[in-house]
Amino acid sequence: MDSKTSHSSRVLLVRNLSVTITGSGPEIPAVREVDLSIDRGEFVALLGESGSGKSVTARAIMGLGDENTRVEADQLRLGDADLLVLSEEARRKLRGERMTLVLQDALSALNPVMTIGDQIGEIFRVHRGASRRQAHAQAVELLGLVRIPAPSRRVNDYPHQFSGGMRQRILIAMAIALDPELLIADEPTTALDVTVQAQILDLLGTLRDQLGMGVLLITHDLGVVMEVADHVSVMYAGRIVESGDADTVFAHPAHPYTEALLRSVPQAAQRGSDLLTIPGSPPSLTRVPAGCSFHPRCDLAVTACATTRPPLTDTIPGRRVACLRSEEFTGELVS
Amino acid sequence: MNSFPDPGTGAGRRGSVPPASSTPAAPAAPPARETVLGASGLVRRFPTGSRIHPATVSAVDGVSLNLQAGEVLGIVGESGCGKSTLARMLVGLERPDEGTLTYRGRDVGHGRLADRKHLRQGIQMIFQDPYASLDPRMTVLDIVTEPIAATHTMNRADRRVRAGELLELVGLSGDALGRFAHQFSGGQRQRIGIARALALNPDILVCDEPVSALDVSVQAQVINLLGDIRSRLGVSIIFIAHDLSVVRHIADRVAVMYLGRIAEVGDTETVYDTPSHPYTQALLSATPTATREGRGRLSQRRILGGEPPSPVNPPTGCRFNPRCWIATHECRTVVPPLRSFGETGVPVRDVSCHHAEDVVAAR
Repeated sequence: MDSKTSHSSRVLLVRNLSVTITGSGPEIPAVREVDLSIDRGEFVALLGESGSGKSVTARAIMGLGDENTRVEADQLRLGDADLLVLSEEARRKLRGERMTLVLQDALSALNPVMTIGDQIGEIFRVHRGASRRQAHAQAVELLGLVRIPAPSRRVNDYPHQFSGGMRQRILIAMAIALDPELLIADEPTTALDVTVQAQILDLLGTLRDQLGMGVLLITHDLGVVMEVADHVSVMYAGRIVESGDADTVFAHPAHPYTEALLRSVPQAAQRGSDLLTIPGSPPSLTRVPAGCSFHPRCDLAVTACATTRPPLTDTIPGRRVACLRSEEFTGELVS
Repeated sequence: MNSFPDPGTGAGRRGSVPPASSTPAAPAAPPARETVLGASGLVRRFPTGSRIHPATVSAVDGVSLNLQAGEVLGIVGESGCGKSTLARMLVGLERPDEGTLTYRGRDVGHGRLADRKHLRQGIQMIFQDPYASLDPRMTVLDIVTEPIAATHTMNRADRRVRAGELLELVGLSGDALGRFAHQFSGGQRQRIGIARALALNPDILVCDEPVSALDVSVQAQVINLLGDIRSRLGVSIIFIAHDLSVVRHIADRVAVMYLGRIAEVGDTETVYDTPSHPYTQALLSATPTATREGRGRLSQRRILGGEPPSPVNPPTGCRFNPRCWIATHECRTVVPPLRSFGETGVPVRDVSCHHAEDVVAAR
């Protein structure tokens, strides 16, 4: 695996990614001007509410669009491979081998009429040309790696015989089967209970350390991001509004949306008092407000916010914010 | 400003309403506050399996709860622990197989028509899914006033006025009346659901995961609204959720459920700060914190082996014993009763664990 990334530790580089949903009716700008960069062993979180374009971004990176989506980007690189110039067939080879996706709904992501062993083994048979016996042995080994009890017995079970947390672990096992550079986890714990969620987050963290892959975690859950992320990008209405080192972003949010999001989560210290709320609700992607998308809900908006879209700019190195007034805030923070 | 004043103020306002029932009140010892809803030993089983191998799911197994006037009682637990079945029993949508349910001193658990009517006047439910719980072909006016129409207590003009009041109460403008549910966002729909639940001036709102389908930024609006309604109308609220931080924020008391039974119930601060049931401890330690400083706490959490067992074939004794790290022979054979527990430095709460003393000491 070293040969693939000998010269650089960067796993994923996305510059100016746009995704447009075409199809019948007007075109919907689902994602605009998204930049992402993930290093080996780095845990990057993409945080946003429903409809903010997180999952569309993930599918665009994976190359899973259909004829109704149009993906444009200045740069889209996986390690040393330029995904923009690769043929569909070459990209298909990359998926599962160098970049993998773990989906939220584990039951519908697994084939109900194939045993778990056959589904995991299929990866080795297709990508590595392994024999049936070898594939089976490796499936058992993987199930053990994701801590499924008694893997040699459970390998012949069907998906419905596993619980929700175990199915999620099976998906993770399939995702790490070929030792990928990049694992994209799209809301991997949303449907799970907290005790199981903690197990899955633990597992992702351990595997990241063991295998050194980059992880892109897509979630709406602030608590999960707090727990695991090294780097965070906050999305709102199809654009990244703030990104940076997770410690800095959460300690000193520079975008009003990030700040409001942090303050709208119940915390033990403020028990009994009113929660801070963001008025209104996230805009529909067909009717994104002009200027800054967040301005109708922002309590710091000035007149310019309604007309001028703030670019995502570097405030301090490694920290990017898209807000016209961010300099005022970061100025306050520095002083 | 504290938007949740002492619930006593609300209770006082409510107290001016004469008790609906003339039957003698059930509780012998006079509680500090009036108990509006009492459940004792509620059991609900569902048949499952094939005809050849019949089995029963024991969804709720002997739950006793008291809800006092004006309080918010949180119920937390993982999926499949019976929270929703309990909620449905409390509002009369599900009939308990065993046990009694008393509302304002009157036994209403047998599903008699008159009892159900009595229950519906006083207890209303707010559902989890704001998309599925509103009829897409009814206008907001019809949705909100349907409970009133069903009780034949107002004519159409009065209902319209009442609907306007209700919408104002939940923070929607009156011009929403003629519109349909699909024209609203998730948060607004949940407000419509709350307005409908308030139509009959209930004493009790049973909220089954009212915010889990909403975005974080909208979630806070609905939580504040429920707190506001409680302080303005003095309703009692049963708030069911799997999100522990939300429950901690809104509830006065919390009941933790595990596999159909109550593990621990007590004042919110008591249960969150000094959990005395192993399951409560494990559950709390698995919750990600909302602060960056709390990072890494998850890796030191109490690790629970395995998954919650199936309620089809629950373990004997304490239902938590296969996953418990201090389980003894006693735990595997004797069902721990819900008992009052407290010692110096540990406030009193009810817990169903044989070894609560050890759990608190080892904390």
